[in-house]
Amino acid sequence: MRVSFKWLKEYVDIDISPEELAEKLTNTGVAVENVEYLNKGIENVVIGEVLEAVKHPNAEKLSLCQVTTDGKNRFQVVCGAPNVRAGQKVPFALVGAVLPGNVKIKKAKLRGTESQGMICSALELGINEDSLNPEQKEGILVLDDSATLGTSIIDYLGLDDCVLEFDLTPNRSDCLSVINIAREVAAILGKEVKLPYVRFKEIDKTTEKVAQVEIKDPDLCHRYVAKVVEGVEIKPSPQWLQHKLRCAGMRPINNVVDITNYVLMEMGQPLHAFDYDFLREGKIIVRKAHKNEKIITLDGNERNLTDEMLLITDPEKAVAIAGVMGGLNSEVTEKTTTVLIESAYFNPVNVRRTSTALGLRSEASIRFEKGINIETVVDAVNRAAQLLQDLAGGRVLKGVVDNYPNPIKRTIVELELNKVNDILGTNIKHDRIKEILKSLNFIVREEKENAITVEVPPYRTDVSIPEDLIEEVARIDGYNNIPTTLPFSATSKGQKTLEQKLRDKIMDIMTARGLSEVINFSFINKTNFDKLLFSEEDERRNAISVINPLSEEQGYMRTTLLPGLLDTLRRNIYRRNENLGIFELGKVYLPKGFPEKSTLPEEKWTLGIAVRGTLVSHWQNKGTVVDFYYLKGIIEDLLIQLKLNSIEFKPCKDNPSYHPGRTAYIYVEDELLGILGELHPQVADNYGLPQRNYVAELDVEVLLKLGHGPFMLKQLPKYPAVNRDLAIVVKDEIPASDLLKVISEVGGKLLVDIEVFDLYKGNQIPQGYKSIAFSLIFQAEDRTLTDKEINDIHEKIHKALADKFKASLRA
Amino acid sequence: MRTQLEKIKSEVKEALNKVKSLEEVNELKVKYLGKKGELTQVLRGMGQLVPEERPIIGQLANEIRDELNKVLDEQVKKIKKIEQEQKLNLETIDVTLPGKQFLKGTKHPLSLVIEEAKQIFMGLGFQIAEGPEIETDYYNFEALNLPKDHPARDMQDTFYITSDVVLRTHTSPVQVRSMESLTPEVPVKIICPGKVYRKDDDATHSPMFHQIEGLVIDMGIRMSDLKGVLLAFVQQMFGPDRKIRFRPSYFPFTEPSAEVDVSCGICKGDGCKACSYTGWLEILGSGMVHPNVLKYGGYDPTKVKGFAFGMGVERIAMLKYNINDMRLFFENDIRFLRQF
Ligand SMILES: [Zn+2]
Repeated sequence: MRVSFKWLKEYVDIDISPEELAEKLTNTGVAVENVEYLNKGIENVVIGEVLEAVKHPNAEKLSLCQVTTDGKNRFQVVCGAPNVRAGQKVPFALVGAVLPGNVKIKKAKLRGTESQGMICSALELGINEDSLNPEQKEGILVLDDSATLGTSIIDYLGLDDCVLEFDLTPNRSDCLSVINIAREVAAILGKEVKLPYVRFKEIDKTTEKVAQVEIKDPDLCHRYVAKVVEGVEIKPSPQWLQHKLRCAGMRPINNVVDITNYVLMEMGQPLHAFDYDFLREGKIIVRKAHKNEKIITLDGNERNLTDEMLLITDPEKAVAIAGVMGGLNSEVTEKTTTVLIESAYFNPVNVRRTSTALGLRSEASIRFEKGINIETVVDAVNRAAQLLQDLAGGRVLKGVVDNYPNPIKRTIVELELNKVNDILGTNIKHDRIKEILKSLNFIVREEKENAITVEVPPYRTDVSIPEDLIEEVARIDGYNNIPTTLPFSATSKGQKTLEQKLRDKIMDIMTARGLSEVINFSFINKTNFDKLLFSEEDERRNAISVINPLSEEQGYMRTTLLPGLLDTLRRNIYRRNENLGIFELGKVYLPKGFPEKSTLPEEKWTLGIAVRGTLVSHWQNKGTVVDFYYLKGIIEDLLIQLKLNSIEFKPCKDNPSYHPGRTAYIYVEDELLGILGELHPQVADNYGLPQRNYVAELDVEVLLKLGHGPFMLKQLPKYPAVNRDLAIVVKDEIPASDLLKVISEVGGKLLVDIEVFDLYKGNQIPQGYKSIAFSLIFQAEDRTLTDKEINDIHEKIHKALADKFKASLRA
Repeated sequence: MRTQLEKIKSEVKEALNKVKSLEEVNELKVKYLGKKGELTQVLRGMGQLVPEERPIIGQLANEIRDELNKVLDEQVKKIKKIEQEQKLNLETIDVTLPGKQFLKGTKHPLSLVIEEAKQIFMGLGFQIAEGPEIETDYYNFEALNLPKDHPARDMQDTFYITSDVVLRTHTSPVQVRSMESLTPEVPVKIICPGKVYRKDDDATHSPMFHQIEGLVIDMGIRMSDLKGVLLAFVQQMFGPDRKIRFRPSYFPFTEPSAEVDVSCGICKGDGCKACSYTGWLEILGSGMVHPNVLKYGGYDPTKVKGFAFGMGVERIAMLKYNINDMRLFFENDIRFLRQF
């Protein structure tokens, strides 16, 4: 909502600056976003007349003009506008004038001809672009013939004004009216509102005689008022009216249309002017549209209607979409002489649905959908009649047709006065409470010891419960007067849940291992599933889709963290950050029967990791090149720190996004925790990643389920440990985990630790074999082990490996 | 004999001035004081002396031996010190070369802000609640006093999953979910951090962003308590010198409602570019829980009152770390992330 400051001052005496007013309004809940001064630095621009306009001798597109500013003087001006003609009144910038943007006008030579000033366009004068028609945007601004020569353009266009730009909350739609803003200002400043004095002559002929209104759907149209004015002369509105509309960002069209817009702005009541002669029998029927009915609206578009939409019709055709936009067939044109003015109250929800369905929002619809003041419907049509008489020479027919089947009562709210301070924590006196409510035009109907009954002014459709009144009191008294206290309730320190603590711990471990946390969007493009080589049957293709995404890129809710992680890798590599260690702890979204079998889908916390490149490089060494074991080490560390038992890594060949020879499933206590491995080279290609990327995905819920709480300390050993190495040669395909399992089983309790310390394949052993060396640590809790004991176990281990895996000792 | 002894003494002292290495000192020691050394040789000749002279010469010999030992030892120390100095000198390194790097990961700035907020509010007795991001229309709108066709639904451009399920547009649905699970217990003191979604995308809006919701329900809760809790939060999050300001606002689920500003940390309230010369920065929305919402949550609005607030995590992180573009949070440029 944009309002001329001068216009506002017509209704209430404002003795403070626009900025001060803006601040006060903002602090009391009707926020002013901006104060815009209309004169953006104009000096010395006056009204001139073009006496002559001929083609420039040396330039096709320029005109050579003679301009006078007093009828006697003459300035030669070169003008590039296509619409300049002799006889026009125009804004003329004299030599020495200043235009917005500090443009100084000097004597100039254009194509060899002297130019003594400049004829200005509206844009050059800094006029709001929204308020201009296309012609005005392109050429010079042509003024009314009645404009007086030599007058300052600032005075003529009313540019010594400013516009208050409001940022209204949806509840304060009453302030989509200058008068209601004036009421708000009056309450804040402690002044009275001066309402416009509406008076006009009526002819003997009555509106009722020439117009009838039938409401077929009283639920959707609560009130419909019509008034007819004859003999109107269609012409441009006077400057003062055009100025007010321009300030509001509206484009002046002609006096009749401008008057309806003026009343809309002034009173918040949308009006529509029909050309009466195009209404069959002067009869208005308000009804729902028929199925597949169509109408061409004022903007020239054909609209397909549904039978939920309310129409204004005459006996044979639709003439407007109720509360949204008029029809082209009954539009006011230059030839119109008689108008029927509609002033109505339409059902807010229905207008909102219709305007949303048609994608058509208008100044009218935004007011109707929030509820207008049903009591001023007649006042508004009378205000329009007055202006039609004064500005269009209209003859006003007597009375109105007012179809108001079920009058709506005013809202009554009972307020316990103590409740005000109980809720606010303030100490506002009861008299002050009443005074504030009265200043906002609430009427105190009944007063008891500690309670009042209040009648809500009809334009304040947002007020219906005591809390609403309390807010009114608080905002006018000043939110700054609310003290600062702390809640009474005893303060016990809050706690995180186990799951929240686990997620914190995972983050701590990940960052301690050098990984940086990333946060990616939850939505992904479905093409990711192809890029990840998911099979057609892959469960993860079954992603939840967004009906109205911003773009295809964000069309589906992720079922895996990989797309976000891989995109992040690529984005960083493009920016030459090639060595990367990142993780994301976030949700994936799995339908699990949604929407058929469950109300909501499953949201599953998942840990995703991606590492690549060379990490920790230093001038002393070339750094650690990330490989499978680098990532595995991180995960092992995580699992150890979370005190998980029975961890197993099993080769995984069947995940399509991973390298079939370099990937493992992670099991904890026989439950699948996740997967880690090298990203499949094809997937890396698909994401534009250079080779060798390592990724992992872990199910956080499994971690939570299997992670053990407080652990028990293992006593420090009292007897010495003995270290023995064991190097064997076995077939290459035998996984280390199988060997370790056997060693551990056979070693029993006395074998307290096993480490792989060497792996060798090459010339010194047969092809297809590997040499693997273990460091075994033996220790007993209750004694020092003897050589013989250890040798025996060692021998047994060796034998078991030889039996099971045909392992031979390596010297 | 006496002259012999004196001669040895002066010889040694003279020789010592020339020696440079420990070996040379040792040689001297052996030469004069060793078993076959010159001094020993001289002392062996003591037998030839007259008995009266023996103790005198003996004492002199001992004195000379002691003195020689002493000077030799001193020389050894001196040489050792020089040798060590030389050795250390050879070991000199360039201390200006960079130190070893330890790989350190970083938490995302949004996680840092959320964690800090959690700690502050836990200190004030709040529990951490959570709720689904894919939410029913009921919890996201209806139970928050936003029935279908309510014009205020326009305040939030919504992503729809089905006609009845949305991506939550705010963390407020957790208010009702928490109330439902806790009623009739009081006090309710929860905050809920999490992702929210709105159909918006530019330098100041992201289709996904983060909020922290807060809710307190108890007997006798007042709007001044809301002010107190938020002031405590702001001063712990941004610094003890910060002030807050309440401005009237509108949210369908609170009444009265307030927009909360924090005093600008750059200009200390005098006005600067960062705060558009107002001295204040908008950080959150809040208000007293609307009676209808209390009812939806299963509480009797005539018996208990409550307040609620919701803040944008990105907004707080931007103010706290001087981040000027929303998109930086989700581009995950490692050079950005590693600064935190
Ligand atoms: Zn500032």
